[in-house]
Amino acid sequence: MRRAFAIARAEMLILRRNLWLFMATLIMLAFALALSFAGSAPTGTLGVDMLTVSVASMTTLSVYLAPLLALMMGFDAVAGDRDRGSLALLLAYPAGRAEILLGKLMAHLAALAVAMCIGFGAAGAVAAWFGGAGAESLLALGRLVLTSILLGAVFLVLGYALSALSSGATAAAGLSAGVWLVFVVLYDLGLLGAVVMDSGGVFTQKIFPWVMVANPADAFRLWNVAASESVALSSGMAGAASALPGWAAPLSLLLWPALGFLLACAAFRRVEP
Amino acid sequence: MDNSPLQIRALDKFRGKTQVLHGIDLDIAPGERLALLGHNGAGKSTLIKAVLGLIRHEGGSIRICGAAPGSAAARAATAFLPEAVSFHPALTGHEQLSLFACLAGERAEIDGLLQRVGLGEAMHRRIGAYSKGMRQRLGLAQVLLGRPKLALLDEPTSGLDPISRQDLYAIINELAEQGAAVLIASHALTEVEARTDRIAILRKGVKVADDTLAGLSAQAGLPVKLRVQASGTHADRIATETGGRRINGASVEILCSPQDKMAELRKIAAMGDAVADFDMVPPRLEDLYRHYSGEDSK
Repeated sequence: MRRAFAIARAEMLILRRNLWLFMATLIMLAFALALSFAGSAPTGTLGVDMLTVSVASMTTLSVYLAPLLALMMGFDAVAGDRDRGSLALLLAYPAGRAEILLGKLMAHLAALAVAMCIGFGAAGAVAAWFGGAGAESLLALGRLVLTSILLGAVFLVLGYALSALSSGATAAAGLSAGVWLVFVVLYDLGLLGAVVMDSGGVFTQKIFPWVMVANPADAFRLWNVAASESVALSSGMAGAASALPGWAAPLSLLLWPALGFLLACAAFRRVEP
Repeated sequence: MDNSPLQIRALDKFRGKTQVLHGIDLDIAPGERLALLGHNGAGKSTLIKAVLGLIRHEGGSIRICGAAPGSAAARAATAFLPEAVSFHPALTGHEQLSLFACLAGERAEIDGLLQRVGLGEAMHRRIGAYSKGMRQRLGLAQVLLGRPKLALLDEPTSGLDPISRQDLYAIINELAEQGAAVLIASHALTEVEARTDRIAILRKGVKVADDTLAGLSAQAGLPVKLRVQASGTHADRIATETGGRRINGASVEILCSPQDKMAELRKIAAMGDAVADFDMVPPRLEDLYRHYSGEDSK
């Protein structure tokens, strides 16, 4: 564990030095603020405070942005060191491969957490200042930040796995883009197509919600939506959320990082530098 | 015996279907400096990676101080300097070495170590701004962390200027004096010639030689080169009398086996004034290397 912390400290230094931390925070801040202001229009018609609307639109934002930022950090984790030629030396030291990945995960997760807290926090503060906030909407904001970090963790470990499996950093970047596209865009499109084809049959009733919650990006959306009625109202996802037991989405979002980490470790163990 | 720093027995390694290491046996004693020579692709780096446990081997056994390669005990006992060592460019030398010290579980004196390898001034600069030689020095500094029992150095002098090379060998000697077994994989034959205790040569994954320089010379039986410079126009006469070969207007080169060396010398001395100068060149490591690595044989 001491070794994992040593790796994490060095990785954190690297993230600060190459301005990654700064850029990620800036991106989160810019998008969250822009969405908060742009999304403030329907407040009156739905009868909820502005922070609730803001959280709903930021949830949609986070589905795209959190996996993207996480994959951008993750894809380089193993392949970058191997391309540079520094992996063999690192592995010659008495640190287990799981320890190395854990160290990187801690640093990357901390960086994501900083970006999320500052970005969503600032946007939430602005929305609350201008449009009011209640206990429920504050809770929703906290949930959004936490689940966004969890969603980031999923794609960080998936990025590590791809990084270990691919032949180089460039290939890993390409694979990461593919994974992002599949999980965030194509998966939903496919499900939508299936639902349309099925036109309200058994698939739509029984299977569809479970297939949907199996995708971490959708689980993230469902968790935020199901937990807050008013967010569900303003994001229009109440239907799918109500068909599932309340534990389904949290379970999916907690299981994915753990399984993904095991997968990444297994892939990393096969690497011969 | 069980605790010898490195003991390799009948090591086989395949890459796909091709066998890249064939039944390698190799031992290094504490304090011994072994030069591992071979062409590119002869299997030097593969052998080192197998010892480090970075790649799996298919046959035979490797023991590092009695432990299996890649085990925690083996990794703690081993120091490694990879070929063309590189680090993350965003870290400083001091940060990088601190990380390694922490990974090795050593409370090392980082500043002193960096000064020892000549990076005292640059230790708080980013590695991205280092020259190749400075990175190599940083690589050497991490070898010195925590008194290794076995040091594996892959092409340690590549990219170093002559002064740095001297420093490097001074540090290697220091390591050996502290009782570390040092393996140096190298192309720089003239360098390792005088600075190692034993020489092993790999050819296409087969160990073709493993002995001291003198031992290798005796086994190879390579000819000694005698060079005679004739005075005036006696070069032709000297060439016919000794059976040598004219190499320019006034010089004759004679190749003779080590045993016949004295007889030839007497013959030349008897020629009196016809000989202006005389040189004797014993076989160098370069000749031995060429002999064993197969360029000369058959």
